[in-house]
Amino acid sequence: MEEFSFMTIIAVFEEIFGTGLFWAMVVVAAVITLAYLYVLVRDREMSMRKFLLAQVSMPVGGAAAVWFVMLMTNSGFRDIGGPIDWLVLLGVFGAGAVGFAILVYVVQSFVRGKTTDA
Amino acid sequence: MKELEQITASRRGFLGLATGGAALALGAGQAAQAATVRTNARILILGAGAGGAAIANRLTERLDGAQITILDGRPQHWYQPGFTLIASGLRKADYAISSTEQWLPRGISYINEYAAELDPEANRVTTTGGQRIEYDYLIVATGLVLDWDAIEGFDLSMVGPDNGISAHYASPELAELSWHAMDKFTSEGGVGMFGRPATEMKCAGAPVKLCFLAEDIATTKGNRAGCEFVYNAQAQNLFGVPVIHHRVRQIMDERDITYRYQHVLKGIDLGAKTATYTTPDGEVTDKWDFINIIPPQRAPDVIRNSGLSWADRWTDQGWIEVDMQTLRHARYPNVFGIGDIDGVPKGKTAASVKFHIPVVEDHLVSEIAGREGTRIYDGYTSCPLITRIGRAMLVEFDYQDNLTPSFPGVIAPLEELWISWLMKEVALKATYNAMLRGRA
Repeated sequence: MEEFSFMTIIAVFEEIFGTGLFWAMVVVAAVITLAYLYVLVRDREMSMRKFLLAQVSMPVGGAAAVWFVMLMTNSGFRDIGGPIDWLVLLGVFGAGAVGFAILVYVVQSFVRGKTTDA
Repeated sequence: MKELEQITASRRGFLGLATGGAALALGAGQAAQAATVRTNARILILGAGAGGAAIANRLTERLDGAQITILDGRPQHWYQPGFTLIASGLRKADYAISSTEQWLPRGISYINEYAAELDPEANRVTTTGGQRIEYDYLIVATGLVLDWDAIEGFDLSMVGPDNGISAHYASPELAELSWHAMDKFTSEGGVGMFGRPATEMKCAGAPVKLCFLAEDIATTKGNRAGCEFVYNAQAQNLFGVPVIHHRVRQIMDERDITYRYQHVLKGIDLGAKTATYTTPDGEVTDKWDFINIIPPQRAPDVIRNSGLSWADRWTDQGWIEVDMQTLRHARYPNVFGIGDIDGVPKGKTAASVKFHIPVVEDHLVSEIAGREGTRIYDGYTSCPLITRIGRAMLVEFDYQDNLTPSFPGVIAPLEELWISWLMKEVALKATYNAMLRGRA
């Protein structure tokens, strides 16, 4: 009864999003991460030009993540109460921003191929 | 002290699910399950709800060779903490419905009947189908019965928007019908009556939550001015824990919700749309356009007739006489109680069940192994007290009316917070499910 396993946390996330959507998101995140590693290895460098666009797009990803969480939980900005709520909100925003930045970087790398920063 | 640390860690684990990372960190510290014990004891569990299913899973894991039988006549399992969400339109009835069988472990005997007769002197139960089952250990986890007949002039067929009657404790389907009644009331306006019975009850926060939710929904619809909200408390407070009572009162004042003390619903008149309340000054009759009915709650008759109930406490309700710390029966040491049926001062909630389970598991398994059990139940219970759609207060407390926050300094128990709402909305059901499987 005391244990608190990884499977329990998986069960929680399945509950939050529905089993299908949750695992679809896990697969998408894994594919993007692998693709990111692939292009880094392939190009043997980080392109600062691509990274710049990736950074610029971060707020879009962050905002999208916040919107998604609020939609899924029947809540909105008016419900933000104390400091912990702002931290959770920032955490969601940050996770969305970083995830989206990686996605943008990967997409550029595949669409434009290896480019040199000049 | 080790014991205390474990309990605290577990409580944090229970609520920490909303923040997966923190939960993972906690999980790492809790390993080393106790070894299994070899036995051929016959264990009978009455009731396959939250308490019955969870303890069946735990005992299957801890005991090797025990003959475990579980008795429950209802093939459906109801996730009762979800009823408030259904009754406020956030979920459909099927959110709370699953099959009882899916939660039970393999290798036990599941009999789809209720107990009809229980003889703790002879260690024997007779089922509604006439089977006689003898046991060495009995775990009573029957839950309670809702005494709808005690409300004069009311029956469950009246629930719904046509009559403006809500009875969200009754079942998932009636919770959904109750929502249609609330939806109509908050759109059309009028007087809404809320309240709670004078008996012990499951989740004493639920009547308050439903009142807050109705007020919030009317406000969102732009019809707050057309609605009046009256909350009828059975006692001289709005909540049994003084510090929470004051906070609830403050919120009701802020939101212009009328509250009355010592008003206990006696009956309704559907034709006249009135409700009669018993008060210290006599009976009071009021008009309503919407009313949420929560009836008195009692132990099932089979328990009340068995001799397991307290003889001098809750005599009109029949809760069983267990030690408030070990949950072991005071007169029949081979009988334990889990959940709503326990005659203890607090905690008819799923969160309490979560904390009953390891205590009963410890004392029963220890006894079989020839040792003394050591775990203690401190009265812990928790209630994500929803104050509106999107916000809740995560109140947790114990027998002493102490607040026992799981995240002191991080999640304030008396503050209306989004994170507390997130826990109720998304994390609790999964945690509950994990508990049923004996995994949390």
